[in-house]
Amino acid sequence: MNPRTKPVATRSRLYVVLGMLGLASSALVVRAVDLQVVRKDFYQEQGDARYLRDLAIPVSRGTIFDRNGEPLAVSTPVDSIWANPPEVLEHADRIPELAKAAGLDEEALKQKLVERSDKEFIYLKRHLNPDDAQAILRLDIPGVASQREFKRYYPSGEVFGHALGYTNIDDRGQEGLELAFDDWLAGKPGVKRVIRDRKGHEVENVELVREAQAGRDLTLSIDRRIQYLAYRELKAALAEHHATSGSMVILDVPTGEILAMVNQPSFNPNARTNVDPSYRRNRAVTDVVEPGSTMKAFTISAALETGKWKIHTPVDTRPGTYTLYGHTISDVHNKGLIDVTGVITYSSNVGAAKIAGSMSRDHMYDVFHRFGFGEVTGSGFPGESPGYLPIPKAWGPVEQATLAYGYGLNATPLQVAQAYAALANDGRLRSPTFVKGAQNPERTVVDPQIAANLRAMLETVIVAPGGGGAVKARVTNYRVAGKTGTARTAVGGGYQKKYSSLFAGMIPASNPRLVGMVVIREPQGAFYGALVAAPVFGRVMDGAVRLLDVPPDNVQNWYAAAPEAARKIEAPRKAPDGTEEMSTIDDGVPQE
Amino acid sequence: MKIAGAVVLLILLLATLASALAVVHTRQQSRSLFVELSRLGNERDDLNFEFGRLQLEQATWAENNRIEQIARGKLGMVSPGPADTVVIKR
Repeated sequence: MNPRTKPVATRSRLYVVLGMLGLASSALVVRAVDLQVVRKDFYQEQGDARYLRDLAIPVSRGTIFDRNGEPLAVSTPVDSIWANPPEVLEHADRIPELAKAAGLDEEALKQKLVERSDKEFIYLKRHLNPDDAQAILRLDIPGVASQREFKRYYPSGEVFGHALGYTNIDDRGQEGLELAFDDWLAGKPGVKRVIRDRKGHEVENVELVREAQAGRDLTLSIDRRIQYLAYRELKAALAEHHATSGSMVILDVPTGEILAMVNQPSFNPNARTNVDPSYRRNRAVTDVVEPGSTMKAFTISAALETGKWKIHTPVDTRPGTYTLYGHTISDVHNKGLIDVTGVITYSSNVGAAKIAGSMSRDHMYDVFHRFGFGEVTGSGFPGESPGYLPIPKAWGPVEQATLAYGYGLNATPLQVAQAYAALANDGRLRSPTFVKGAQNPERTVVDPQIAANLRAMLETVIVAPGGGGAVKARVTNYRVAGKTGTARTAVGGGYQKKYSSLFAGMIPASNPRLVGMVVIREPQGAFYGALVAAPVFGRVMDGAVRLLDVPPDNVQNWYAAAPEAARKIEAPRKAPDGTEEMSTIDDGVPQE
Repeated sequence: MKIAGAVVLLILLLATLASALAVVHTRQQSRSLFVELSRLGNERDDLNFEFGRLQLEQATWAENNRIEQIARGKLGMVSPGPADTVVIKR
């Protein structure tokens, strides 16, 4: 038997080992619970952050079309080159190559990369043609990649500059209709989650976080051809009269749609750096002008509404001046004893002032206000001005007299056009719209009979010998009704010796289809509306009625003006469906 | 009794195996379909962009001012006056 110095405590050693094992495993369990349960979110997030990425799916902005489907603003894809500075700096030897390909200064590029070395994303060059971007990517420089973006192009350039506005470099609307309809046009970029490897390549698509929603297209009420005509004629008139600025608006009477809206000076939305900010203003809706004599149409509407005045009620304008509380109102020529129609025909300030004096100021204000003066038209154009119409309490007898011929209040050209459209539309006013088919509800502002009377009076301005003299607003074979106006430019509370020439009119007078409003500010030399603004109306409308196939007032006029043509047809043909609508057979380039 | 248990176990084992393979297959299929979907999506986008570019080009060529210059200047075209226009009943 082997002698043992001490009996071995097998059992207790076993307990010690077991105890240690137990401790170790519970430590593991505790650690596991800590990792898997207690701090799971943190680790999961950190893990995902190392390989999961949320990527934006770019969407293109909707196209803007004119009423005939011609594109006016189109977004096309471009590529922006971006870099991950730390990664590029690791391969610093390739920076010269990159700078050359991207057309950047080498030193500047290096400096930029070092400065932003704590970032992971910087743009190197934005909005490159996809082919040029490919040339840079083909160099295969680590840390350089491209991103899809969109750039907006405006094929019509200056002609549509003000109406459309423009977008910024991120393709968001900044001005004009681009801004007004930004939410509609922009769409929503999608987001997808992907797994990326260390080099940033997409390995797998995990899920679509949000589906991309492309921008919606917008069809405007503007007709590109009429817009161009208005642009061309307005520009020519500005050059001819050395005027500082001008605006023209054309409305479609039955629907209230804006067919053209142009201003001068204009700007090219494709290249708008270094453009005087005032050139970018859509003066037809943001700038106000005193309506001057064009306002007389509404003064007379108010007078006819009282019932005290009929179209042939005599008005004594002798001796061509009228003094009221020391304020003298004068006519250009003493027209003597005329009637209410004559006040419009000869644009008598004295007559308008005397008629206004017979009405209550509340009634006059009410009629002006009903025609939309002093309130935004509701066209939705950003920055639209409501104009200014003083409240009746502020009117003294002199103010009331001057308001009667359009001084002491102001309005945007669009407001004046809207008011004339109400006269053209049998007294029903419809807010103008830029969107095709978006008919705003109409409301009756004046009795249809009064509107018809006014149209007849306005026609005398164009046709009467020695009348308002707006013969230059005439359009061959069509009857035109309209009113000229001349307003002094108000500067800093006083009037300067500067004028604005206005003309507001409608065509064809017997059943108006189009209303046009022309404002030419500060013409040099001649400044009467009849000489400056009316010819623009005549020339633009001559083309517009042809483009829109508006039938002439009556076909006999046509034959009388063109006996040659009348002889060419033997008998008028009747279409199988028996409609007798008249139409010109040509809608080609409008004549000058 | 024992044999029946083993059979059931075997069936379950096979079913598990089959479903595992099916998962692998479906996953593979979904990946390749997704790749195809992305490819087609990109193709559609590219075609749309191309269409946009062509529209833009067309609009640029059809710019009214350019047409007018060519028609009046180069081709010597004029607008028909009232004497050259016949109104017909339609």
